[in-house]
Parts: sequence; structure tokens; C-alpha cells
Amino acid sequence: MEMLSGAEMVVRALQDEGVEYIFGYPGGSVLHIYDALFQQDSVSHILVRHEQAATHAADGYARATGKPGVVMVTSGPGATNAITGLATAFMDSIPMIVLSGQVRSDWIGDDAFQETDMIGVSRPVVKHSFMVRDAKDIPEIMKKAFYIATTGRPGPVLIDIPKDQTAPNVKNPYEYPKKVKMRSYAPVSRGHSGQIRKAVEELMKAKRPVIYAGGGVIQGEGSELLTKLAHRLNFPVTNTLMGLGCFPGTDPQNVGMLGMHGTYEANMTMHSSDVILAVGARLDDRVTNNVKKFCPGAKIIHIDIDPATISKNIMAHIPIVGPVHQVLEEMLSALDEHGGEPDQKALERWWEEIEGWRKVHGMRYETNENGPMKPQQVVQALYKATKGDAYVTSDVGQHQMFAAQYYQYDKPRRWINSGGLGTMGFGLPAAMGVQFAFPDATVACVTGEGSIQMNIQELSTCLQYGLPVKIININNQALGMVRQWQDMQYGGRHSQSYMESLPDFVALAEAYGHVGMKITKIEDLEGAMNEAFALKDRLVFMDIYVDPTEHVYPMQIADGSMRDMWLSKTERT
Amino acid sequence: MRRIISILMENEPGALSRVIGLFSQRGYNIESLSVAPTEDSTLSRLTLTTFGNDLKIEQITKHLNKLIEVVKLVDLTEGAHIERELMLIKVKATGAQRAEVKRSVDIFRGQIVDVTSTVYTVQLTGASDKLDAFIGAIGETQVLEVVRSGVSGISRGEKVLSL
Ligand SMILES: Cc1cc2nc3c(=O)[nH]c(=O)nc-3n(C[C@H](O)[C@H](O)[C@H](O)COP(=O)(O)OP(=O)(O)OC[C@H]3O[C@@H](n4cnc5c(N)ncnc54)[C@H](O)[C@@H]3O)c2cc1C
Ligand SMILES: Cc1ncc(C[n+]2csc(CCOP(=O)(O)OP(=O)(O)O)c2C)c(N)n1
Ligand SMILES: [Mg+2]
Repeated sequence: MEMLSGAEMVVRALQDEGVEYIFGYPGGSVLHIYDALFQQDSVSHILVRHEQAATHAADGYARATGKPGVVMVTSGPGATNAITGLATAFMDSIPMIVLSGQVRSDWIGDDAFQETDMIGVSRPVVKHSFMVRDAKDIPEIMKKAFYIATTGRPGPVLIDIPKDQTAPNVKNPYEYPKKVKMRSYAPVSRGHSGQIRKAVEELMKAKRPVIYAGGGVIQGEGSELLTKLAHRLNFPVTNTLMGLGCFPGTDPQNVGMLGMHGTYEANMTMHSSDVILAVGARLDDRVTNNVKKFCPGAKIIHIDIDPATISKNIMAHIPIVGPVHQVLEEMLSALDEHGGEPDQKALERWWEEIEGWRKVHGMRYETNENGPMKPQQVVQALYKATKGDAYVTSDVGQHQMFAAQYYQYDKPRRWINSGGLGTMGFGLPAAMGVQFAFPDATVACVTGEGSIQMNIQELSTCLQYGLPVKIININNQALGMVRQWQDMQYGGRHSQSYMESLPDFVALAEAYGHVGMKITKIEDLEGAMNEAFALKDRLVFMDIYVDPTEHVYPMQIADGSMRDMWLSKTERT
Repeated sequence: MRRIISILMENEPGALSRVIGLFSQRGYNIESLSVAPTEDSTLSRLTLTTFGNDLKIEQITKHLNKLIEVVKLVDLTEGAHIERELMLIKVKATGAQRAEVKRSVDIFRGQIVDVTSTVYTVQLTGASDKLDAFIGAIGETQVLEVVRSGVSGISRGEKVLSL
């Protein structure tokens, strides 16, 4: 058997897992591993400018490809800088492996230089973690880590590696395990057939059904099957923020996003429904509003791979624990077996009602004659310039909601954002990860002047690797989402939500070696967008000034039901 | 309602902190906790008592099951079971009190395991409420020190929690 040092084992295991990229930043405790990386070229290391960005880049890569993102950081500050990225991936169930250096085994617990109890600090934000206690265990730990991160409900896994376990002079036999054997971890592989048949009966009886599809459909590669099921049944489909793209955004059956900033018709459809088929969605508080008033007439069929998600916030009438892909497949064949059809008359009436809602209060906003342009116009121009076929990453705030509402995602994995944690600073590094995965694809990062400054240093990484990301900075000169809440709930007192002394983003982009554009007038927008996207091999930073007073609507009214919404600054349901 | 949850988990460093972390992270209470290796040295048995309605307990057991190191678990309170806790308690034993304490120990089927001229050290096993009752009978003012093991439990009959 081949004899390898711990450091070589780590790198070899990455090769054996087929890892293309590892995003990281070096430091004392991982230098042995960096040296081993240097001596091979099948795994490319991407040097970021801040460890948080490494985690978001790996995360963006994972969301765009479905493959786990891999990160390496040094002990202490390097490791703690990765925490926000771990938490972001954890909340959205993203497969990720973080390798963190640790001080030598015999120094652990002595407050050694750059020592942090990373297993302890990361515990609540990882799916699992390992500490390497013996270099011999590295192949098995790596294999288990990838297995755990990518199976069941995916999530980040941390491996903490004391420096002595990677020492170049200590060699051990290396063989990468072919299989994982874990008596204590067995993700569900099939949904209960009886439950699936029960669900089909319920769907056949429904008069006002809705399919509520979330991020799990994308994660579980269930988009095609879900689309097939929805078309077959002719039921309306609504997506969570995380589920956008799992059912084509431009499909007439799509009633749009639901929840806090969901469309009027999606929220009305949910509230008035009699059967909800929830698929890979976790009935999050941004969706349900007050759980006591949630969809009073609805029976809930809930498909999720994680039993703990089912009946956590809302009781499910028919729980189905299983992978979305398998369950939907079996549901489709159970439909065939059943042979019946949904109640067409009732469905017709239901669709009439929904179309009525669409007509009255479908997505819309007021434009300014001669005044500043609206952020929604920017997203619509982006949609047009990219023909709806870009990978769009986003930061967090109003711009994120506009990018969710006004860009139609027809394919899964095209809309990449931090939903569960809502991490400002996610957008740019995530776009880097996507661009690495798909070098020829169009990648746009929709951001705000607040969020972009949380990881702006990555402009330097983009230059180093020639990443032609297009940054769409929707500049409202304010922490817009915060300010909106202050307008609506704090009497317009804008406490610390105003961004003073904004940098000259054009000069900044140029200083980093990129192209900068400043757009202030609507008549320049389309031309500028086309110009920017024509620059195929350059990063373009588009600093677009928009109306600072704009709000995101609809917006659910706190503590109400799903149908209680503000539709504009003056109208409510 | 009070529940006794019994867990078989990998006997590995860090496993216990994950269980405890889960409870604090999700705002669940732990009333008592006991843990030790089993006859199979790769496994630990952990017993904890907690409070909650059915929904909460369901969430607790689901989340515990999700922990990678948890191999199996059972809510003992769902069926017939035996619950035991060990208490060592030092009580004042002077004057008339001395005979009084001795009588209580006998009634509760405890044992006096150490004696000085002023103090009895008593060992008592039983369900937690029996231990509470003993403290009540002695009177809190007489108690100098209490140490309890936390609950351990096992199902009645042929049901076993094993691999
Ligand atoms: C400013 C802001 C505003 C927001 N407003 C909204 C809003 O208006 N509407 C909205 O929807 N969200 C909104 N969110 C996002 C919200 O916080 C949640 O992140 C989101 O609702 C969760 O989406 P989801 O239910 O699809 O679950 P996800 O977090 O995507 O979870 C996926 C679920 O699928 C399951 N799963 C994973 N893989 C599989 C598989 N293979 N098979 C079966 N199941 C699987 C998982 O166990 C999990 O339960 C907002 C976020 C921010 C930051
Ligand atoms: C790291 C982090 N800090 C704070 C917040 C709270 N927060 C949510 S949205 C927002 C404002 C974002 O401002 P900007 O990026 O300019 O976007 P806008 O809302 O103006 O479009 C803030 C501060 C957050 N989500 N993430
Ligand atoms: Mg802003």
C-alpha cells in the first residue's frame, strides 16, 4: 500500500472525491497541506481575500452544481472567519466540507497561539464535525465527511486537523474507502408507499389545491418530476425564495413566490386552498406568517427528507419522509395506478379565482416620470439583457427581493441566495464560485451598496482568476430593507440605516483592475447593460442609482395570516 | 409531562457535547442526565429527563436522532419501565434527631453508609420522587449535602434497547 503523510492524504482524498476546486487561505497550521497541494495539479486552490468569502464561494459552487464545495482555512482567526459561511450553508442545507487547521495535538487546550476550539465554536452550525486524532484515520474521516455532507438533508461538515497529524515525515498506508459504514447514520431512501397513495387520494379529491415547492426540490434534483406532476394535475405552483427555478418561472401555472414578499396571488392561493402539497419546503416563518392563522381550510401533505422538519411549525396531515426524487416518482406512478383525474370543474373555478387575483393585484410598481429609476426596472433590464438565462447571485436586502420577484428563473440552480441566514456579503463570493463552476456562463451578482461592501475585497480575487462576473449594484444609498421597516414600524426614524460617504464604486472597480460604470438615468440603463454583458471576459461593476424611497411589496402584515398584506405604501388587503 | 429518554450513542469524544448543545441551542430543558459506557465499550448509554408536551418531545427525539453519533433512542415513559436514581445525602444526626433519621432511612429502605458523632451519610435508591420524598421527610434544614446520580431507566419485560 502507498505510504503518505497526513497532508498528502488530505489532498489525495480530495482527488479521490473528484474535487476540482478548493477555496481557501493559508496559515501556520495548514502549511503542510498547502505544501502537498503545491505538488499536484488536479485540485486547484483558489486564494480568496477573506475566509468568509472562501466559504461563500464554495457554497455558490455547490448551489450551482449540486456538488459539495470545499474550503480550507488555518486555525484560530482563519477558522472563526469561516463560521458565517458555515452557518449560511447550514441554514440552507448546502453540502460543504471545511478543512480547518488546528494547533498541534499536544498543545490543544493550552491557549496556544491561534488556538480556537473550532469543533465547539462550529457545533451548532454544522451537520457534523470530525477532529483528526490519528493521521491513519484521515481517509476514513474524509470519506465519511463527504458522505454525510451530500446525503440525506445536505449540510456542511467540518474537519479539524491538528498540525502534527499532517507532518510530512510521518507516513501511513493510504487507501481510500470505497464505501461508508456507519451504524448511526442512515438517511431515508424511500418514502412510505401507503402514505404516498393516501396523498394521491387527497390530491384527487382537492377542489382548491396548490403545490408549494421549496429548496429541497432543487437539492434533491426533483425539478423535472415536480414539473411533470404539476403539468399532469394542472395545479397552481408557488415557490419559496429557495425554490425559485424548481418549476419554470414563466410557466402560466406558476403563481410566483409566496410568503412575506410573495405575490398577492400566491399568498391568496395558499390561504384559500383546501390541499397543500408541500415539497422540500420547511414552512418557514417568512412563509407562514402567524402559524395560528395559517391556511385555515387546508389539508397539508408534506414531503421532506428530514423528519424533524415535518410538523415542526405546522402539523402535517399526511407526512411523507423521503427523498423528493423518489417520492415524486412513486407519486406519479401511484397516479397512473389510481387512474382517476382531479375534479376538473372545481379546478376550472379555482383557476378563474386565481386569474382574478392575478389581474387585480399582480406584481407591479409605479415608475417615476423624470425622477430616479426604480430598482425593479433594473432587475427587469437585467432579465432582458441576459435573456433570462443568467446565473443570478444576490446579497441580502430589498435588491434580493426584487431579484426574486422580477427575474423569472426557468431552471433550477440559477437563483443563488442566502435565504435562511440572510447573510449580507454572500453575493460576490458566491458568484465567484458559480463562475468557476461554469466559466462560460453569464453570472450576475445583484447587490446593494451596503452588502457589496461586506466582501468587496474579493474584487481582487476576481482579477487574479479573470472572473467576468457582472456586479449589478442597486444603489439606493441606504440599508434599504432596514429603512423600509423603519418607515413602516418606527415612524420613519432612520436609525443608522443611511449610508454616508459611499465610495466612488467606479473608481474602486478600476482600482481593482476592472471596468466600472455609473448609471443614473433610466434611458441609459438598457444600453449600459448590453455594453456590460458584451464584455465577456471582464468584470463589470455597474453602480446603478435608484430611488431611495422605494419599498418592497407585497409585504405580509406581521402576525396576520398569509393573505394579510400591504400591497403598496397605501393599500392593504 | 416528564419524560425519560434513553440514548445509545457512539462512545466518542464530543458526542456528549452535541447532545447537551442540542438542548441549549433549541431551548429544551434537561432536568437530569447520566451517562456511562455499556457492556460494548464502543457505545455509551445516556439517560436524560426532560419536560414537554407531545409535540416538543417529538421534536426533541427527532433532533436527537439526527445527531450522527446517536445510534438509537427510546422514550421510556411511553411504556412500562423501571426508573432508578441513586442519592448520597449527608444529614445532621444529633440528639433526638439521630434516632429519627435512622427511622426514616429504614422506612425508605436506605442505608447509612458513613457515620460520625454528628452526621449520617445515607445512600438511597429509587425513583426520583421517592428521593424527593425522603428529603421532605428529613426536612431541608437537616440536610447538609445532597448528591444525586441522575435518572437511569430501562424498559420492563422483554423490550431491550440495543443494536
Ligand atoms: C430578507 C429576506 C426575506 C425573505 N422573504 C421570503 C419570502 O417572502 N418568501 C420565502 O419563501 N422566503 C423568504 N425568505 C427566505 C426564508 O427565510 C427561508 O430561507 C425560506 O423560506 C426557506 O425555503 P424552503 O422552505 O424552500 O426551505 P429550504 O431552506 O430550502 O430547505 C429545504 C427543505 O427541503 C428538505 N430537503 C432537502 N433535500 C431534500 C430531498 N432530497 N428530498 C426531500 N426534501 C429535501 C430539507 O430537509 C428542508 O426541509 C426571506 C429571506 C430573507 C433574507
Ligand atoms: C451580515 C448582516 N448584517 C446585517 C443584516 C441585516 N440587514 C438585512 S438587509 C440590510 C440592508 C442591506 O442593505 P443593502 O445591501 O444596501 O441592500 P438594500 O436593502 O438597500 O437593497 C441589513 C443591514 C444582514 N442581513 N446581514
Ligand atoms: Mg442599499
